Amino acid sequence: MFTYTVWIVLIPFFLFILIGFFGHKFKPLVSGVVGTSGLFASMALSYYTAYQYFFVVGKTGDVFGKIIGYNTVWLKLTEKLHIDLGVLLDPISVMMLIVITTVSFMVHLYSIGYMQGEKGYMRFFSMLSLFSFSMLGLVVATNIFQMYIFWELVGVSSYLLIGFYYTRDTAVAASKKAFIVTRFADLGFLIGILLLSFNTGTFDFLTLTDPNGVAITQGSGIMFLGLSTMTWSMIFIFMGGAGKSAMFPLHIWLPDAMEGPTPVSALIHAATMVVAGVYLVARMFPIFHFSAPVALDVVMCVGAFSSIFAAVIACTQYDIKRVLAYSTMSQIGLMMFALGVSGYGAEEGLGFMASMFHLFTHAFFKALLFLAAGAIIHAVHSNYMNDMGGLRKHLPITHITFLIACLSIAGIPPLAGFFSKDEILAAGHEKSMMLFILGLIISALTAFYMFRLYFSIFWGKQQQYHHTPHEAPKVMTIPLILLALGAVFAGFIPFSSFVTSDGKPFASHIDFAVAIPAVLVGVLGALTAMMFYMKETNIPETISRSLGGFYRAAFRKFYIDEIYLFITKKILFNYVSRPVAWFDRHIVDGSMNGISYVTNEVSTRIKGMQSGQLQQYAWIFVSGAIGLALAFIYLWTL
Amino acid sequence: MLIMRHELLLIAITVILLLIEIFLPHDKKHKIILPAILLMALVTAAGFIPGPTGVLFGGMYGTSALILLMKNILNIGVLIVFIQSVSWLKLDDQKEKISEFFILLLSTLIGMDYMISSGDFLMFYLGLELATIPIATLAAFERYKEKSAEAGVKLIFMSALSSGILLYGLSMIYGTTGTVYFPEVAATFQSTPLQILAFIFFFAGMAFKISLVPFHLWAADVYEGAPINVTSYLSVISKGAAVFIFTIILYTVFAKIALMWRDVIYVIAILTMTMGNLFAMRQRNIKRFLAFSSIAQAGFILLGIIGQSQLGMTTVIYFVLIYIFSNLGAFGVATIISNKTGKESIDDYDGFYRTNPMLSLTMMLALFSLAGIPPIAGFFGKFFLFAAAAKQGLYILVLIAVLNTIVSLYYYLLIIKAMFLNRSDQPIGYFKSDGYTRLGLAICIAGILIIGFASPVYEFILKLSYGIY
Repeated sequence: MFTYTVWIVLIPFFLFILIGFFGHKFKPLVSGVVGTSGLFASMALSYYTAYQYFFVVGKTGDVFGKIIGYNTVWLKLTEKLHIDLGVLLDPISVMMLIVITTVSFMVHLYSIGYMQGEKGYMRFFSMLSLFSFSMLGLVVATNIFQMYIFWELVGVSSYLLIGFYYTRDTAVAASKKAFIVTRFADLGFLIGILLLSFNTGTFDFLTLTDPNGVAITQGSGIMFLGLSTMTWSMIFIFMGGAGKSAMFPLHIWLPDAMEGPTPVSALIHAATMVVAGVYLVARMFPIFHFSAPVALDVVMCVGAFSSIFAAVIACTQYDIKRVLAYSTMSQIGLMMFALGVSGYGAEEGLGFMASMFHLFTHAFFKALLFLAAGAIIHAVHSNYMNDMGGLRKHLPITHITFLIACLSIAGIPPLAGFFSKDEILAAGHEKSMMLFILGLIISALTAFYMFRLYFSIFWGKQQQYHHTPHEAPKVMTIPLILLALGAVFAGFIPFSSFVTSDGKPFASHIDFAVAIPAVLVGVLGALTAMMFYMKETNIPETISRSLGGFYRAAFRKFYIDEIYLFITKKILFNYVSRPVAWFDRHIVDGSMNGISYVTNEVSTRIKGMQSGQLQQYAWIFVSGAIGLALAFIYLWTL
Repeated sequence: MLIMRHELLLIAITVILLLIEIFLPHDKKHKIILPAILLMALVTAAGFIPGPTGVLFGGMYGTSALILLMKNILNIGVLIVFIQSVSWLKLDDQKEKISEFFILLLSTLIGMDYMISSGDFLMFYLGLELATIPIATLAAFERYKEKSAEAGVKLIFMSALSSGILLYGLSMIYGTTGTVYFPEVAATFQSTPLQILAFIFFFAGMAFKISLVPFHLWAADVYEGAPINVTSYLSVISKGAAVFIFTIILYTVFAKIALMWRDVIYVIAILTMTMGNLFAMRQRNIKRFLAFSSIAQAGFILLGIIGQSQLGMTTVIYFVLIYIFSNLGAFGVATIISNKTGKESIDDYDGFYRTNPMLSLTMMLALFSLAGIPPIAGFFGKFFLFAAAAKQGLYILVLIAVLNTIVSLYYYLLIIKAMFLNRSDQPIGYFKSDGYTRLGLAICIAGILIIGFASPVYEFILKLSYGIY
């Protein structure tokens, strides 16, 4: 019934092959158009799937079930242990299909204009397709091993895209940093997978996440350091998720990853790849909830801390893409936080629903923000907001869409961000008052730094530009407008009747005790920013000076990069790598060289056997046969 | 009739080709190439049509789904060899003898098919000889070249010797059991000293065909001297067929003395892998190099045979299938280089990537597959072979095999290094390969890639192998 869903994943793969291997035979523009239309087909199929799933067949009784759309045994190791590749459809994976194909399509369309004239146009589109393929394969994974395979593919394609401008040193360094940091986190993921599958004997999500299944009811395993194996494995798996989702302290790669072309930042580092960690936790949620509540607390704490941490840094940055990067980290922190406070079951799982809802709306407005930022950078050829100001007249469409996205992320009703953030705050409110207040602070900061960005770009002092900035071409503004529509209307979807923790729909409502303070702090944050930045004033400077050390620390991103450098360069390199390198050079290489020397010697010595003389061959042949016979007659009969 | 359809079809096209040959004028002999390839392709395709299986001539001949699969695999291999040979056959020296090449090759294939299907030792021996003697003619095909003539003579002498020993072994089997039919031999065969001697002699005869150490010495000289297309045929198809029937006979006829033959194979496997590798390391001639690498590969195949189970049978067939594509891919590139430039030394390959990138990449893929680098087909082939041996608890053997894989990686990479990294003042110049060569290489590449990633192939063989053991 859902067999066709496999094509959603495969179309981008064939695009990758097609553009990557045959793209150079055509004009560059062809690869852009082919890639975009391919993604359109994939997107159309996703929407059809969503329609089929949510409105026609997905519901059995009252519950949205999990459907295996397609499955094939890929590597059969033993009867029990096999690695499958397939398509798993349930509310969250169908939702992710929509998010990924929509954003990816918009980014493809936008890139046709944005990348025009770049060297490597074709390479760019083939990599975009490869990324879309990997990301789609990740979300439809039927088992954790398939997820891991695509998880790594996502990492590789992200690496390739960040380092797209490979002649620029900073881009190369950034791509390496992203790859190494996420790869390090993936080591945790792999350990988690091994622990989990060893403990439960399966990779399969259906078996793993069934609340009445073997894995959850009797799979907690032995205790180690006061926690069960199950808890440990989930903590390790979360480590992988934290790496991809840029959660503290594994976030350091995300701001640097902004070295990639802006459409890439919109696709990978705003809407899709960075939410893979959130998706991972949501996918494994029943295990977290039932077997590893401690791990779920870890998720909540890491999420909440990352969120406020990133929000503070975002207020101090001047590079507009970096502000957006920290804002992304902060919003993802909120999603993690919402998962962390969630329970299981219809209303109990409010946090789960809120997290997925926010993921959905965030994809629209954050992709929009990045693409609009791309249009701005395209127009003024700078990333720094000091070089901008008064752009509202020059870039009218970008201005309006950017404003919509800012209002949406600040949680101003009735835009999409308001609804989803409200659900997250409500979930926090249910848990405790403290968490609710924390959420309010983050909301206020979010509104502040977004409007700081907005006012300094579009208002503020009038700049003298070298040549007058002009609006981007239609092929770039159309995706902006479409995404803006999403950022306005996505919130009206009654999300809780589709996506819930256990598949049972429920009716959510807006709790005014939560909504009113949330909107108030949002407006307050925005107004403060307006006061500071709409006209050129010296208030920001005075405040930052009065904050002194704290401001400097935040501006320097709390020295996390420096701490990493200190640990790796000073401690790891000196006290671990050096001795290991010595051991490698002298002991390992030495013995290997010895072995190869001996092998070479032996092969020189025995070459006499191959003399080319038939008599000798016959002699060896016959004596070999008789020798073998005698040896075995002796061994077996005497 | 239908039960023997593979052989009958091959005989039919052999006759057709003979007739065409008669009517072709003297200077138009190359016109036979296209019909030969098309007919072979047709027969290959027809082989996949399902049909009856069973026993003929009172048990002298029999087929099963598994045996049909083996024949299909051989057909595919021969088809690739046909396609790859075209550029060589069109050279002036061979122009006159094009039809002979096809007809001789087809008769050996018929011999192999009968050999695989045999139900008694007489039939088996007939097939074996039919599969061997024409190859000696083929090895001497470039008869004005001293090396080629020498290869032919060496092959015929050595195979006469090995046939003699094999027949000696068979006569002792007949003498001790009173029958040559496989099932009856299987029922009464023991391990008395005389029967062990008989088995070892039989084993030596087969080991000659598969080129296992110490019965391999002919291989290097013959492989080097023979025309390169014949070499690839010898080292891939002929060896594959011998592996098939050898495995079948070991698993069915000698099942009772399995504990003994497993020890024999254990020893021979270690010897073959190690010696093959040690010799391969030193070769500078690409044909000799591939000869020794194929000896080492034969040693790896023994690991699957020693698995002695449904899994063992499957892994052997699966590996041979992959091996055909990988080795023919490597040979295909070596062939076209040899035909276009006459160069056969690995030193001449320096800087080949700069002038002929596509051929270099094909060669790299084939060598990676032979070396067993994941995720290419060769890796899975080797992985399953090792798994089959490990299942029998033969961990030390597997360990030695893994060490040998590392050594083999060294010399396969040497060629890749020569092509991609070494610079040369006089690299082989750019040349355009003809359509047949490209087709042949494309089939090999597709085989290497598809078989590695598509698990249904393996599952399919596994299912068929159920009955044999």
